[in-house]
Amino acid sequence: MVEAAARPAGIVGWLDHFGSLIIRALDDLGRFFYIMASSVMWTFRRPFDGAELMRQMVRVGWDSIPVVFLTCLFTGMVLALQTYRGFERFHAEGFVGSVVALSLTRELAPVLTGLMVAGRVGSAMAAELGTMRVTEQIDALYAMATEPIHYLVVPRVNASILMLPILTLVGDAVGIIGGWLISVGLFGANSYLYMERTFQFLEVNDITSGLIKAAFFGLTLAVTGCAKGFYTSGGAEGVGRSTTSAVVTASLYILLSDFFLTKILF
Amino acid sequence: MTTPAISAATGLADPMISVIGLYKSFGDKQVLRGIDLEIGRGESLMLVGGSGAGKSVFIKHLIGLLQPDEGNVVVDGVDLTRASPEVVLELRKKFGMTFQEGALFDSMNVADNIAFPIRRHTKKSEKEVSMRVRECLGLVRLPGIEDKMPAELSGGMRRRVGFARAIALEPEILLFDEPTTGLDPINTAAIGDVINQLRSELGVTAVTITHDMNLAGKIADRVAIIRRGQILLVDTPERFLESDNWFIRAFLNGEVPEEDHP
Repeated sequence: MVEAAARPAGIVGWLDHFGSLIIRALDDLGRFFYIMASSVMWTFRRPFDGAELMRQMVRVGWDSIPVVFLTCLFTGMVLALQTYRGFERFHAEGFVGSVVALSLTRELAPVLTGLMVAGRVGSAMAAELGTMRVTEQIDALYAMATEPIHYLVVPRVNASILMLPILTLVGDAVGIIGGWLISVGLFGANSYLYMERTFQFLEVNDITSGLIKAAFFGLTLAVTGCAKGFYTSGGAEGVGRSTTSAVVTASLYILLSDFFLTKILF
Repeated sequence: MTTPAISAATGLADPMISVIGLYKSFGDKQVLRGIDLEIGRGESLMLVGGSGAGKSVFIKHLIGLLQPDEGNVVVDGVDLTRASPEVVLELRKKFGMTFQEGALFDSMNVADNIAFPIRRHTKKSEKEVSMRVRECLGLVRLPGIEDKMPAELSGGMRRRVGFARAIALEPEILLFDEPTTGLDPINTAAIGDVINQLRSELGVTAVTITHDMNLAGKIADRVAIIRRGQILLVDTPERFLESDNWFIRAFLNGEVPEEDHP
């Protein structure tokens, strides 16, 4: 690593700093793709650890329901609140249901679910694998003729890919209900009309492309968390660094990839 | 300037492990600088040396946890440095390795820790697995602690559970990484007894890293001292203690030269 004290001054120093940042980012990206490729390869190898996959699915999916529920409920509510006030100005209140449903299914539910699970589960993966690295538990796995990618990374990545779309579906439903609560309960909109408008412009593709995004975000957050944990060094401080970095990097990857996925899928 | 090895080659007819010209660097730091060593079947070799001399890096090469920059590690006729990852993974089943702090999986209880390699690599029934777990705990003199979590154990107990896990698959080679560092004399003596017992009952080849010369006298057939990434001397514990090499005398007296401080 480049020491700050040894860095030359002026433009050369700035270039030096910029260069080291690029090298670090490429290093991170290389590790990300290595862990991703390895976990794909090891997924199809025996022994298949169904029990561990189930355990991870409960951790990633079931245990994340409360946080996804609250996030999407309030997002749906605030979306209805904002659009109702805005649409009222040109008498388009009737379309609030459609806007809430489309925004949630196409964009907000998968992205917010991805970000919330990255904070909750991606960080835990980095902390867990990081602790195992610094306490030599990962070396112990190698020594017991067990590939750590196979035993630790594969179930976490697969559980995330499987559970994120399910969580997003929950988020879609809860967010739409949140919008309905505000429109009908607070602004006195007609409940039947609201629900009709909700589904009038909603196409299957809106939901499925949101779910495809969610699966991709699941892959991204799990691979980032596992990669950060797997390459941890520097004791307890290193584990802390990896955990923070896992959340920041996964969130960044989710937001960046969201743009490109939206461009491809819609 | 490097110090030549006094006696590295043993001329063993059928060595279990042969290390030939091993070099390893991390960045600019050269850790291993041409190690040659042979370890016989059933032999107990003790590797001593100051902190940062390259002992842990060396032992990790024996099991393929690290790949050398140069040189070969041949285990039971298979060159680890040239073998495919699948072969290396298979070969590791011959090994049992213990780590400084035990490296037990802290999410599992003692029984599940010891059962881990058995469940992973054999088709034994749960009844057979728990019988083997009991057997291994008996061998390390810790019966009846199957349900305890690693956090509930003392440092010495954690290491002994680590031993139990290392012997669960009945390995042919045992690697001990600083088994007594930081332990009180009673636990140190107990660990030495356990290592001897494991050797006599299982007939395994053992390689032990330690700073502890008392342990060397107790469990080693030969002692090798490593200095600045090179083997300085390999000999019986008795002859090792009588060596008039200045560095070994300094090491035995606890006076590590300034240039050898990590």
